[in-house]
Amino acid sequence: MENIWVYIEHKEGKPKRISYELLSKARELGEIINGEIKAILIGKNVESVIKEISPYVDKIYLFKNDKLSFYNCEVYLELLLGLIKKEMPYLILAGATSQGRDLFSGFAATIGAGIVVDCVKIEYDKNTLVFTKPYYGGKVFGEIIIKKDPKIVLVRPRSFAVNLSRKDKEAEVAELPVEVKWDEISVEPLGFEKVEEGEVDLTEADVVVCGGMGLKAAENFKMLEELARLLKGTVGATRAAVDAGWRPPTDQIGKSGKIVSPNLYVGIGVSGAIHHIMGMDTSKVVVAINKDPMAPIFQHADYGIIGDLFEIVPALIEELKKYKGDFS
Amino acid sequence: MQLIVLVKRVLDSEAQVNVKEGGKEIVTEERYTVNFFDSLAIEEALRIREVHGGKVTAITVGTSASKEVLRTAMAMGVDESILVHVEDYSWYDPLNTAAILAKVIKTMPYDLILCGREAFDDSYGVVGPAVAKMLGINYVTMVNKIKVNGREIEVQREVEDGKEIFKLKLPALITTTKGLNEPRVPSVSGILKAMKTPIKQIELADLGEIPFDESLEIRRFYEHIKTRKVKYIKGEPQEAVRTLIELLKLEAKVL
Repeated sequence: MENIWVYIEHKEGKPKRISYELLSKARELGEIINGEIKAILIGKNVESVIKEISPYVDKIYLFKNDKLSFYNCEVYLELLLGLIKKEMPYLILAGATSQGRDLFSGFAATIGAGIVVDCVKIEYDKNTLVFTKPYYGGKVFGEIIIKKDPKIVLVRPRSFAVNLSRKDKEAEVAELPVEVKWDEISVEPLGFEKVEEGEVDLTEADVVVCGGMGLKAAENFKMLEELARLLKGTVGATRAAVDAGWRPPTDQIGKSGKIVSPNLYVGIGVSGAIHHIMGMDTSKVVVAINKDPMAPIFQHADYGIIGDLFEIVPALIEELKKYKGDFS
Repeated sequence: MQLIVLVKRVLDSEAQVNVKEGGKEIVTEERYTVNFFDSLAIEEALRIREVHGGKVTAITVGTSASKEVLRTAMAMGVDESILVHVEDYSWYDPLNTAAILAKVIKTMPYDLILCGREAFDDSYGVVGPAVAKMLGINYVTMVNKIKVNGREIEVQREVEDGKEIFKLKLPALITTTKGLNEPRVPSVSGILKAMKTPIKQIELADLGEIPFDESLEIRRFYEHIKTRKVKYIKGEPQEAVRTLIELLKLEAKVL
């Protein structure tokens, strides 16, 4: 039996979207290779997370402790190392997120496992799994085979669809002892500050509204925020807009910022510099609004409006308000 | 304070990249630069040295061409630099690069190691944490704020929905992300000095046995950049946005 571990990221008592995406892919692969799906869950208040994922997996390896309320790489790594001594999985799936990357980079190095980061596709071909990832910001894709187990694969958020059916029976929950020598731990979490209340983070958002230099000033982003609210999306910005001080660096979409793959990306006053395109060209549908007909963004857009964004965006907001009843 | 910065020479983001027939080899335009996130690491190391004193050493793994990123680092103000000279190795496996770096660093004194959160070419972000674990020290990735208090550091880490704050003991490794600082532009005197300062070169063969990982195999590369066929929507703003909404709803089915 080939086991597939899925690392469950969660926040505020709920699995993150990436966890469902990974579980969906794990179930699909599990059927092909006849493997069991085992969720790895670490945290403090995880009862609701257990309930949520239990119908979709065979087993949940649970590390629960009051001291696990904050993510701590050093501690989490120790827990994973303890577990892998007991069971060697065939494949480990986690998100190519800040936490997944932080934890599994060190984990792969410690156990000497092959790791693929920023995987966007997994295929089963000639009895082997093939992992595809972008190189040079997506100019080239590479197909990688990991020749030994466990194969550690960190998946770019929103690469796999959420498609989960409930299993016949609930998962077995195996709670494992949290054997950590706390006084020897040298990394101490001091806290967590949430950036924006209620906003979906850019990498998970279904809709991303992105502003560039065409916006001309920080206050004009208010318009994009209203548009994003109507589209149930999140606002992002180009590197130039961030460098101009109009938005914080955490809003930056592109190679040196965040990689987004929403269902709908709307670029407003965005020229489409290559490092920006590298951060958004896996979006499903791309809309570009720009007054410059030569702006490169139009080569990466499905729908384009050439015109003055200060006329088009207010009109779009107005029209969406009228249509709103139809969308909900 | 002994500071080590890990830097990488990477392809410029605007450079042309092509895959040779057969999919085994990538050919690129010859336009290289210091990896952007690594320049943040260099800058931060220099700032820490300015306040706390000590020495900054830059290390890279690569062919002779990689000397240019060390020259840039020295022009910015790095005291010493080391090229671990390799002709050819499995560059696509970050654990191999990390094994080489760890082997070199083991022989050196260090308090804090800094490197960029990931390299532009493969976006792995594994080398930093891997070096730390191979040295048996702790790490924090994606740091955008750091405060040094004696033998401890307090760091702020950028995550998707906020900031995590950690305190950890030195020695440690951090990977740097945007927002940490604005890297300085080398001064003319810095550039002149960098041209004169020798770069220490270590041959891979002289490092002795390195436990190379051979678990990754690239089956093939293929060119990707996809351009889309744009549908332009014309008309007065009000008319255009109405058409756009209809298309997003009925054709693209995303609303």
